[in-house]
Amino acid sequence: MGKTLFNKIWDAHVVESIGEDMDMIYIDRHFIHEVTSPQAFSGIEKRGLKIFRTENTIATADHNVPTLDQHLPIKEQFSRRQVERLTENCVKHDIELYGLGHESQGIVHVIGPELGLTLPGMTIVCGDSHTSTHGAFGCIAFGIGTSEVEQVFASQCLIQSRPKTMRITVDGKIGMGVTAKDVILYIIAKISTSGAAGYFLEYAGEAIRSMSMEGRMTICNMSIEMGARGGLIAPDETTFEYVKGRKNAPEKLSEANLYWEILFSDDDAIFNKELFINASEIEPMITFGTNPGMGIKISETIPADQSLSKALSYMGFSEGDKMLGKKIDYVFIGSCTNSRIEDLRAAAQLVKGKKKAAHVSVWIVPGSQAVSRQAQREGLDKIFIEAGFEFRQAGCSACLGMNEDKIPEGKYCVATSNRNFEGRQGQGARTILASPLTAVAAALTGKITDARALLS
Amino acid sequence: MKKFTTLNSTAIPLHSENVDTDQVIPARFLKAVSKEGFGKNLFYDWRYDDNGNPKSDFILNDLRFSGSILIAGKNFGCGSSREHAAWALGSFGFKVIVSSFFADIFRNNALNNGLLPVQVSEIYLQQLFFSVENDPRQKIVVDLEREMISIEGKGSHQRFEINAYRKTCMMNGYDAVDFLVSRKNKIEEFEQKRNGGKMEFWNSVTDTAFPPSIIPV
Ligand code: SF4
Repeated sequence: MGKTLFNKIWDAHVVESIGEDMDMIYIDRHFIHEVTSPQAFSGIEKRGLKIFRTENTIATADHNVPTLDQHLPIKEQFSRRQVERLTENCVKHDIELYGLGHESQGIVHVIGPELGLTLPGMTIVCGDSHTSTHGAFGCIAFGIGTSEVEQVFASQCLIQSRPKTMRITVDGKIGMGVTAKDVILYIIAKISTSGAAGYFLEYAGEAIRSMSMEGRMTICNMSIEMGARGGLIAPDETTFEYVKGRKNAPEKLSEANLYWEILFSDDDAIFNKELFINASEIEPMITFGTNPGMGIKISETIPADQSLSKALSYMGFSEGDKMLGKKIDYVFIGSCTNSRIEDLRAAAQLVKGKKKAAHVSVWIVPGSQAVSRQAQREGLDKIFIEAGFEFRQAGCSACLGMNEDKIPEGKYCVATSNRNFEGRQGQGARTILASPLTAVAAALTGKITDARALLS
Repeated sequence: MKKFTTLNSTAIPLHSENVDTDQVIPARFLKAVSKEGFGKNLFYDWRYDDNGNPKSDFILNDLRFSGSILIAGKNFGCGSSREHAAWALGSFGFKVIVSSFFADIFRNNALNNGLLPVQVSEIYLQQLFFSVENDPRQKIVVDLEREMISIEGKGSHQRFEINAYRKTCMMNGYDAVDFLVSRKNKIEEFEQKRNGGKMEFWNSVTDTAFPPSIIPV
């Protein structure tokens, strides 16, 4: 019987089996950031241990960084201390740091692929749930807690139970104005925030194959929002093209490809669960509630369901409401879900020559310094600024209420990020998740608008 | 890590599903560089109003309920991987969380901190809610050795499952780092076998054997 891609990679990384489906697996890349690493560093220091493989560990500062005036010291004292602590720890333990001020700094899940650190067939972990993003390259990538960060520091290994596998096949072509973000929001709305719990996902089918690496990363990024351990996509020409020539990519790509090209699920591989979706069903999506599974097609109305009442009262919406036409206050285009160059290009194309609605604040936050430079080279920053948008510096920004970029209490924000939990963007903030196109349409009109009406 | 064998305690019922770790501990409280003191900010935005006064309608502020067991709705701990959530629950005084489903990362984080996630059926969860909400003095017994949870004096019990490795660690207070470090030879052997001792496996993939299980046959 054949093997799934997931099981092929997993098996190749088992150092030792500990019985009852628990394996000690080897980790090829360990990304760290300032929030979930300090306690792990002090943990190994207290034990008198060194980092076992410093060369497999890469650090960046992203969650706490301001997105304006990054050359100045961070104003908020605790944020500053956490970022400084990361720098101290990296120096002390000899870890490569893409910190604030570094030309390659950015959101950890944006810079990994950009620098060629994320490669097919790897195992990748990070103390961050959206580590699933890296699965787009055909690797096993998942988020871990701080104790596990400490375990990887100490041994380059983790003890994990082997998850079950589920394949989600999206067949057919996606329609005009429908993006990768809509595809994944559609899947989550369909199977709920716990619908893939206990599984590792593989995304397949024509619609996935025809996506760029950026689109695939958007898809894999949100695997965790269905409760999955992670999600991956078999590497193909698109993957190899993306990786080629990147800073840390293998030199002998063609030969390395021999290995990469056998990274696929065998025809006769059996998944524990299969889900089939027809791409033509998918329309631009929008969330109305307080978890990413509370989403509908943009033209639909909020469903009537008792269990939604708490979420709807937080959001200030009612069942039966249309989302189209709802007035909004902020637009945030950024985060590890949608802050890559392709996202900014798509946004700019729709913005070009238009102006934002007067009452809306719009923040465009590139995922990395490299994305920011590329956007400037292409003149995208000018298009945004002329429209009245703010073009900020790289970081997690308003994706989570941790740094300076917060949405005020009670205000509505259309965000391209991945979570609309209560208070996620700041205490009392109301988040509406959507694609970059839908976000731009909201920025231009000041209300929830179907971007397809503006595409011509 | 502290050892865990059995616990007999009253419980606090948190009747919500999909409780995400952003609620357990909001991001603005994650700036500490030590593991201490998170308990005071546990469920902060549900627990306190804008002026920092306790909200009377939140269960942790309901003086009738106390104890070191938290009973919560399905899919507890979803969302962010922040282990601060487990630290906050532990430092508040919880030793056991009962739910009908736990998010993966949270489950691992809890176990790594001596906080036992007990997964029961949806029906049994409703029974627990009912018993505790009816009588806040009702004790719940969690016996890890026998993998059994029961409502004291009611004869109502259910078996829960826990992975054998995890169980041994919890019961003996073993720590994964100690275990992994003790396997150093095995790990080095693995590295050696896989890439001839070269760390940059991915740059030297052609002059070494493929991981054997990946070679198509
Ligand atoms: S952008 Fe948001 S989801 Fe992504 S790593 Fe940063 S905080 Fe996490």
